[in-house]
Amino acid sequence: MKKVLMGNHAASWGAKLSRVRMIAAYPITPQTHIVEELSEMCSDGRLDAKFLKVESEHSAMASVIASETTGVRSFTASSSNGLALMHEMLHWAAGARLPIVMVNVNRALAPGWNIWADQGDSLAQRDTGWIQIYVEDNQEVLDSVIQGYRIAEQVNLPVMVCYDAFFLSHTYEPVDIPDQESVDSWLPSFEPDNFLDPENPKAYYGLVMPDNYMEMRYRLQQAHEAAKRVVSEVGNSFGNHFGRPYDLVETIHCDDAETVLITSSSATSPARLVVDKLRDAGRKIGLLKMRVFRPFPTEIVQEILGNKKTAIVIDRNCSWGKGGIFADEIKGAINNLSNRPMVYSFIAGLGGRGITPDLIEDIVKQVENSESPATSSEWIGLKPFN
Amino acid sequence: MTTHQDSFTDKPYPQEEYLQSGYLSCQGCGGSMIMRHALKALGPDTVCVIPASCWSIIAGNWPYSSLNIPIMHTAFETAGAAASGVRAALDLKGKPETHVLAFAGDGGTFDIGLQSLSGAAERNENIIYICYDNEAYMNTGIQRSSATPEMAWTTTTPATFPKVGPKKNIIQILTGHKIPYCATANVAWPMDLIAKVRRAAETKGTTFIHALSPCPPGWKISSEKSIEVARLATHTKVFPLYEVINGESYHINFEPKNLPVEAYLSMQGRFSHLSKADIAHIQQRVDYEWKILLQRSMMEPFHMNM
Repeated sequence: MKKVLMGNHAASWGAKLSRVRMIAAYPITPQTHIVEELSEMCSDGRLDAKFLKVESEHSAMASVIASETTGVRSFTASSSNGLALMHEMLHWAAGARLPIVMVNVNRALAPGWNIWADQGDSLAQRDTGWIQIYVEDNQEVLDSVIQGYRIAEQVNLPVMVCYDAFFLSHTYEPVDIPDQESVDSWLPSFEPDNFLDPENPKAYYGLVMPDNYMEMRYRLQQAHEAAKRVVSEVGNSFGNHFGRPYDLVETIHCDDAETVLITSSSATSPARLVVDKLRDAGRKIGLLKMRVFRPFPTEIVQEILGNKKTAIVIDRNCSWGKGGIFADEIKGAINNLSNRPMVYSFIAGLGGRGITPDLIEDIVKQVENSESPATSSEWIGLKPFN
Repeated sequence: MTTHQDSFTDKPYPQEEYLQSGYLSCQGCGGSMIMRHALKALGPDTVCVIPASCWSIIAGNWPYSSLNIPIMHTAFETAGAAASGVRAALDLKGKPETHVLAFAGDGGTFDIGLQSLSGAAERNENIIYICYDNEAYMNTGIQRSSATPEMAWTTTTPATFPKVGPKKNIIQILTGHKIPYCATANVAWPMDLIAKVRRAAETKGTTFIHALSPCPPGWKISSEKSIEVARLATHTKVFPLYEVINGESYHINFEPKNLPVEAYLSMQGRFSHLSKADIAHIQQRVDYEWKILLQRSMMEPFHMNM
């Protein structure tokens, strides 16, 4: 069934089709439609789930950690300051190895108050142990939530599906909504081995001494290593079943490219136009869409960028005191290669400013006219200062 | 003044133990005795949620557990939310009879956990919340909380500048949520404690028990004096035993001997710096609070005409 859906409702449909049983959420712009729609679905019986209207995002995450520990598939959604408030419990979810799936609508952090697109909120959660998927369009929102549960429940890691505020959350696009039966035949029900059970009493998440903590954390890291393979397998299997394959990254014209443009989230769509246009003009340029940020697909990035001349990374985020985060991670991934491209890092579109085809073309031109990258990220589209 | 729970206290003392030997508390720990008796009241079909507190240690380190019911340890400020999540999941799995016990200290209840507790109480989640109140952050080394009594010594309220302001009245906060059942309890009256936990378990909705938990290292008392000191807390009216139904109807369960507060304070090193005038001030406040409680217990409860 095709429907014209806003990104947020695509997320709600993804959760509904995944047959989540417990939803705990707190409203924040621009996430609200996700939970409003799920609340409707719960109350009119389309979704057999409990909607827990908690008093904060921190409690939302604490509640879904508890319900997953009791063996029930759970979902939440947040954004920006709400995600920041969850920070402590994000560590808890991953450390507890719970396959929670959440949606984060990427929104700038205050102050000053800004409700528009910016990846700083979820990238600040980089080290919490969550799998992070950055999606480009509303179809991918729905598909990634469903895939999220299959990935999460296979590797026992939580999954965060991230997409840009307003560019996706409030923008309507045609979305193919798969049949419930079709999803049911692809996504197994949640049957964890361990859960809170008076008939088999166990203690969860208690005190761990130094002689065991490190081994537990090594297993968390190993799970992320395994997740690289699982994300690919699940994306491929999803493609076979639903006709839309996914992977850790997507490449466009990269094979014979000398220059590779690297983007994530909604900024990828204008980049596609620019790459097509420059290809038509005879330039050897390709596009690398970074879909999964954690686990970081180091091996694939090495393979794609290994013999290229130039990489251009556009970041809608900044690690203060360092620079664009995707650029930094890509540099880290290719550092030990003997042949590696120069990496140009650009920061654009913070706080909801547009990343347009013209802006991307300007970036490419700027790189073509320069001899080597600046030592720090270059900011694009700044207004002149007085 | 009579208790309204005769059918609960009439039951014999339960012999079953759910707290195993080898649990990691100090000697004379009120918190351990409260857990032991609470579980005797609740039985094995119980899931326990424990936020950061002394009980994060007492329950044992991985892979051991000192309780033979399932435990979920959770972050300091999340007992209310985590218990709500367990409750929701158990209900979804068709297990509405399984008790969900949130067992938190005074820090996790009065201070950092107050928001999520308020959220759970406002939603009237079907959970039992027991606060074992040892009147300071004992696990981290006796720092003051908002449950610390006025003028008490702690490591962050030294004797030269002791705790300013009265102890927060947590029951008043909870009764303000109009939950079906609130009660105070004291380890020195284990049968009363058991009866109240039973009553909480048989009440649908959020139930809250504020249990005084003597702490030998924090209160600077000898460990064998725990029960004696706790008993004096009630006999001096410092910690009266009462229940509140639906946030409206107050029932005092036990008539105190009305001993002077000095009898209670003088046994504890944390009050050893108090002057006669300080003790007189505390006595005044205790008498005043008791009067309020008496008046509340005599008020005609509010009945809603539906």
